[in-house]
Amino acid sequence: MAAPSNLRRRLLATVAGFGALTIAVCLTAPLIGSTTIHLSRVFDRTIPFADNVDAQVFFVARLPRVLASVLVGSAFAIAGVVFQAFLRNPLASPDTLGVSSGATLGAVVVITFHIDSAVLGVSAVPVATFAGAAGALGIVYAMSIARRRGTSSTVLLLAGVALSAFLGALNRFIQVLGDYTDTFRSIRWMMGSMDVGSYTDIVVALVPIAAACVAISTLPRELDLVSIGAEAAESRGVDVRRAERVALVSASLLTGSAVSLGGPIPFVGIIVPHIVRLIVGADHRLVLPAAALFGGAFLVICDVIARTAFGAAGMPVGAITAFLGGPFFLWLLFRRMR
Amino acid sequence: MVVVSTHALTGGARDRHEVAKSRRDLFSSCLRVFVAVIALLLASSAPRAAASRVISIIPATTEMLFAMGAGDRLVGVGTYDRFPPEVDRLPRVGALLDPNVERILALRPDLVILYGTQADLRQQLERAHVPYYPYVHRGLADITQTIRSLGARVGVEAAGNALADRIERQLADIRSRAGSSARPKTLLVFGREPGTLRNIDASGGVGFLHDMVEAAGGTNVLADVKQQSVMLSTELVLARAPEVIIELRYARGDTTAPADLRAWDALPAIPAVKNHRVFMLQGEEFVVPGPRVVVATERLAKTLHPEIFK
Repeated sequence: MAAPSNLRRRLLATVAGFGALTIAVCLTAPLIGSTTIHLSRVFDRTIPFADNVDAQVFFVARLPRVLASVLVGSAFAIAGVVFQAFLRNPLASPDTLGVSSGATLGAVVVITFHIDSAVLGVSAVPVATFAGAAGALGIVYAMSIARRRGTSSTVLLLAGVALSAFLGALNRFIQVLGDYTDTFRSIRWMMGSMDVGSYTDIVVALVPIAAACVAISTLPRELDLVSIGAEAAESRGVDVRRAERVALVSASLLTGSAVSLGGPIPFVGIIVPHIVRLIVGADHRLVLPAAALFGGAFLVICDVIARTAFGAAGMPVGAITAFLGGPFFLWLLFRRMR
Repeated sequence: MVVVSTHALTGGARDRHEVAKSRRDLFSSCLRVFVAVIALLLASSAPRAAASRVISIIPATTEMLFAMGAGDRLVGVGTYDRFPPEVDRLPRVGALLDPNVERILALRPDLVILYGTQADLRQQLERAHVPYYPYVHRGLADITQTIRSLGARVGVEAAGNALADRIERQLADIRSRAGSSARPKTLLVFGREPGTLRNIDASGGVGFLHDMVEAAGGTNVLADVKQQSVMLSTELVLARAPEVIIELRYARGDTTAPADLRAWDALPAIPAVKNHRVFMLQGEEFVVPGPRVVVATERLAKTLHPEIFK
């Protein structure tokens, strides 16, 4: 553990560094796109919004994408940090406990049984996604409560893997029941998309994400100790079970909100925490803010590439995250090993 | 051949009557040989007899067979085949992703119409010596071509040709009627998340949907994107500024109200939105590139040019 003043300096440097990156990315991203727009026209109040193509490209097509990407990227990255610490497994990800599979199940059910059509003008998919995540979260919560003292986190991890596989199987089962057009829609949804087109979805997702972040921000010390070992943590006076419950529920909430906003984007939640740890070290007081900022910036960059680099047709952002993040992570890893 | 040579050898010195008789024999022998050769040639040029136990796992080809009067030759259809209603009486054998080989073979077909991309199924049928017809999903012109070759394959060549000719004539008629007026820049959407502008899928510049838009007197705003389907961002819609947006709905049980089109109001700068030319057309004919393309194209033409197609 670093001395308080030293830590404060490093925290400041971390937040300033990653914050600058995120802010720079977020300010630049809305200016980049497949069409050319002029900022002078975007903010020209004399042109009514209804006729201002540049303003609509900026405010409807690009800005919501950037905001959604920051939010989803941050949420996945924080959830990844928490899961990896509490399950004491470097391969843990936001989907390890089946929350993302539960969310996907919600979306697939709504799409396959055309429940969305019944609710006029309101897209039922994000709602159902969130409900699915909450269902899986409930099971996770029950597991964490039922977990007796001394049970290793491996058991919880295994239970999560089993739940995830079960929900995945249920997903495929329901998809087969549906029409091929429904299957197509489900697959399309699972690819993930940041083109949210409205700010309502973002605000709706922001509320649980913010709540979960507040809860997790009280836990960096517990995360540090628990990631070393539950017994070590307990010997230092940490209420491991309480901390674990808060952490798992919050991280699941983050995952569910992120999936309902952008779809199950792979890679961000599992690799961004590792990238950040390679840069700032293992102290969760640094890892948490760094992962939140870097995860957001990373997904914004991926989305910019997804919507510009492949011509008019675009590319699902989920296809870019691993494509870009994989080599970057390997580079960092090899540089460390040498 | 032996017969001919015998007659040729014995055609020596004999009386007139005998010569005439031998000539007659020679002629009839030659005729027999000629017929045999022709029969042999015909047999080798037509590798298989007309198929009479056909399985079609593709909605479009199933419709084609019924439309050319060969529906009675079908012994099995795909999971998604719905038209004409007679298909409900036939056994289902899976579809593109889940063909049930066991059920297909059990029906003892002498022709299986499958997607050209179903390599596994093709190999399995080859091993079982079951002939197949690989179908390719492409443009409007391919539809009539498929009808002609399928007609020949199942022994109703004339009916197949007549159906193909009629479809081509009707499409040409729509084309010429629509051709006289201005061609609106059209966006043909076949998928969107209800209530929002998310996950928009539209027709690119390849395939029968694109061909239908052009035949119906529109200009596809995504004609330059050489893909059948384009994942469309809201930014691209704004950039392409379509004058007409047509959304197709075709899923069974899709009860989306036309009010759902209000989602487009988020982009008022699009000419189609500004001028209230955003439409929703419902019908399975829009996604089945079979004989009903004429109906589908006509409905598109009516939407694009209400003044001409009343």
